[in-house]
Amino acid sequence: MVLKTMKKIKENVCLSLLSISLLGGILTGCGNSSESAGKENAAVELLNVSYDPTRELYVSYNELFCKYWNEKTGQDVTVTQSHGGSGSQARSVIEGNEADVVTLALAHDITAIEEAGLIEGGWEDEFEKDSSPYTSTIVFLVRKGNEKNILDWNDLIRDDVAVITPNPKTSGAACWSFLAAWAYQQEQDGQDEPATQEFMKKLYQNVLVLDSGARGSTNTFVENKQGDVLLAWENEAYLSMQEYPDEYEIVAPSISILAQPSVAIVDSNAKSHDTQEAAAAYLEYLYSDDAQRLAGQNFYRPSNETILKEFSDQFDLGMNLVTIEDFGGWNEAYKKFFDDGAIFDQIYEN
Amino acid sequence: MEQQIVKVKNKRGVKVIPGFGFSMGVTLFLLSVIVLIPLASIFLSTARLDFREFWEIVTSRQIVSGYIVSLSCSFIAALVNVVFGLMLAWVIVRYEFPGRRLMDGLIELPFALPTAVAGISLTYLYSDQGWIGSFFAKAGIKIAYTRIGITIAMVFVGIPFVVRSLQPVLEKLDRQYEEAALMLGAGRTYTFFRVILPELFPALLAGFGLAFARGIGEYGSVVFIAGNIPYKTQIAPLLIMTKLEQYKYADATACALVLLLISFALMLLINSIQLHMQKFSKC
Amino acid sequence: MKKEATQEYEQDLVGDGINSIQKVIDPHKTEAAHATKYVLISVCAFFLFVMLVLPLIVVVINALRDGWAAYTEAVFDEYTVKALQLTLLATVSAVAVNTVFGVFASYLLSKFYFRGRQLLSALIDIPFSISPVIAGLIFILTFGNVGWMGDFLKAHNIKIVFAVPGIILATIFVTFPFVFRELLPVLNAQGKDEEEAAALMGAKGFTIFCRITFPHIKWALLYGIVLCTARAMGEFGAVSVLSGHLRGKTNTLPLHVEILYNEFNTTAAFAVSSILVILAILILIARNLIEWKRK
Repeated sequence: MVLKTMKKIKENVCLSLLSISLLGGILTGCGNSSESAGKENAAVELLNVSYDPTRELYVSYNELFCKYWNEKTGQDVTVTQSHGGSGSQARSVIEGNEADVVTLALAHDITAIEEAGLIEGGWEDEFEKDSSPYTSTIVFLVRKGNEKNILDWNDLIRDDVAVITPNPKTSGAACWSFLAAWAYQQEQDGQDEPATQEFMKKLYQNVLVLDSGARGSTNTFVENKQGDVLLAWENEAYLSMQEYPDEYEIVAPSISILAQPSVAIVDSNAKSHDTQEAAAAYLEYLYSDDAQRLAGQNFYRPSNETILKEFSDQFDLGMNLVTIEDFGGWNEAYKKFFDDGAIFDQIYEN
Repeated sequence: MEQQIVKVKNKRGVKVIPGFGFSMGVTLFLLSVIVLIPLASIFLSTARLDFREFWEIVTSRQIVSGYIVSLSCSFIAALVNVVFGLMLAWVIVRYEFPGRRLMDGLIELPFALPTAVAGISLTYLYSDQGWIGSFFAKAGIKIAYTRIGITIAMVFVGIPFVVRSLQPVLEKLDRQYEEAALMLGAGRTYTFFRVILPELFPALLAGFGLAFARGIGEYGSVVFIAGNIPYKTQIAPLLIMTKLEQYKYADATACALVLLLISFALMLLINSIQLHMQKFSKC
Repeated sequence: MKKEATQEYEQDLVGDGINSIQKVIDPHKTEAAHATKYVLISVCAFFLFVMLVLPLIVVVINALRDGWAAYTEAVFDEYTVKALQLTLLATVSAVAVNTVFGVFASYLLSKFYFRGRQLLSALIDIPFSISPVIAGLIFILTFGNVGWMGDFLKAHNIKIVFAVPGIILATIFVTFPFVFRELLPVLNAQGKDEEEAAALMGAKGFTIFCRITFPHIKWALLYGIVLCTARAMGEFGAVSVLSGHLRGKTNTLPLHVEILYNEFNTTAAFAVSSILVILAILILIARNLIEWKRK
């Protein structure tokens, strides 16, 4: 008898838990999407889908923006943040993650959202400087003292040097590194492509571990002490330096690439949430002096020249930076270098 | 021994026990909602490719090398798990010693620890600078960033499957046969291999299959320790992720489908071997 | 349970003299057995230590690397607590659904003979053999914008992926066969004579289940639930694909760990991982308590 009742109770509990959780889940889901009905002085909610290392930046920036927006309009605004690999974040927006704004690592990822029909064409010109409020570049992180004397790209193909970089097929940073190395060798060889390809092959033969993301590579280099040099985002290299001040140093190669993380309003979502105005202001305000300084403090290069100069002791402003336009834009570069069967795949064949 | 009873068809051909319809209903409903309907999407998505495209994608050199790495490593990992899993289950069920309960409880840990954390920790231990890895590095053996590393991560995620498959069967195992064998003068080793092991074999096989299948699909922990060098240490799930990163959904699901079919065939094979063996031992 | 069994066994042997006879016949056999026992125990202990305990130690050391204050700060962070709540919700749902499913499905497959049993059993096992990445993807391809149900759901303003229901669904999916797999061998071994007898004597289905079947499976059920809970808490791959990583909304603990890690916040990442370890230990204690109470 006791067993019977116990079982009964148990079953009831199970069933009610099940229904509660499923219902609750669905309700929260609905709730989120219908909240935007409130207007005027009601709070605005924004969802900013961004990539991995920008969290600290946006935590401070959101505070700054909320204050600014409240003073300007009297409205309260709450910003929900989402971080992950740039490519998978873009995918999540395409697949239904209802972002109002995206602030991703590559213009290519935003173009993918545009192609899915969620962002209107011409977003690159919607904000200043190709819609890139801050930029970054690729630098070398080496162990303190730089015993192997790694100074530029041609040192990376020496037999005694082991390189750590992520896989360009899964990591944006790795694409930039690849292109920077390519640009360097093109200049050395006078645009001779087969020779450059041979150089790249040697370089990738020196790659010890090809992690799937930039963070994985940093971990391999910093925590597991693999390799002699890490090809890293400038801002991530500074973060590693901050964590282990006495163990690493940054080497700026003679040529590198200007990486332009891009921002855009996801028009179709902003429209259905009725947040266009706030979303536009959110991205616009990234160009304000305060926000630009914030970017600099988080090791991103401010796109505002005057404010960039304020950080001249932090960044090596003498680097020769090529841009993606030198490769004919992202789509072309991607097709040529990283698509299935393209140059990167050829490097690893045989 | 008793397991066969179930498999033999009820001779009267009548279902005596009530509740068939209801349990069938609940089972099929939940199975469809949670597993089958979402799973159909893989087929739908792959169907966007015609057969030639599909074949080209799943037989491209990188993908095939990925399958080989995943299959070979998880096969070895599953074998290792069978050996140690059997020992663990045996020790936990049959012996009484301090720390037995702790040992028992530890088995589930690989489940609770997020795979990424497991991967990071294992790499930390097994890289040539790590506590265990440096030991092997002196002997010239590299563990992390090689296929050995991949295998170790797969052993980690697969242990609970083998132990927990064996444990209930071992507990229910009737000791009369062992005792009889021992009394009849059989050695312990002989008894173990001839009397106990055949009894455990179905469960062992099930555990092997589960650990193997889990290893094939494992992503989170393996990517950190694998090194991911194309044609050498790139696993199949990573290649699927790569396809996704390139927004090639159909390609990704095509590769996933092949992986799924391999695992499914394996499961069916193991199930039928189990059935076959039971029929034989029945006679 | 096992302790009891062992004691009984030993008593049995001593009592009816089998053991003593054997000892008389071949005394060094038991000595060899003792040696085997200790060798086996040491091998297992060593294996567990290297494979499971050391990674844990790494987690703990890294979690405490910046001191206790940093640890508690990471653990009691607002977003960690929210992630913990979501993880618990997903886990409880998964356990509830899978327990109901496991009990019915194993009852069905062990007590009845019907065509397609093998196939059904293999279908139930699919979530085991599917890569977690794919598991997440199938829900996206079903319920997401690109999925075939996407338009319908959007029209009715129902969000499944990138919201809590999706996370719950994915968690249920990856742990789907656990309870079933634990129950099936036990029910198979038990056979169905008792149920048949009860049915012939006129007992109703529910009574048969509660009075006859359930007592046989309750411990296996417990194992299944423990396994399911552990796996549900730690699930990362599938959930990661369809969560959207909305901070404070759709981040489970393992996702929160990943995000912290990716932000170069290693210590906090390991500190949050340690919560999962603590939860696993709590489950272990709970299970032992129940087993102990049973005596």
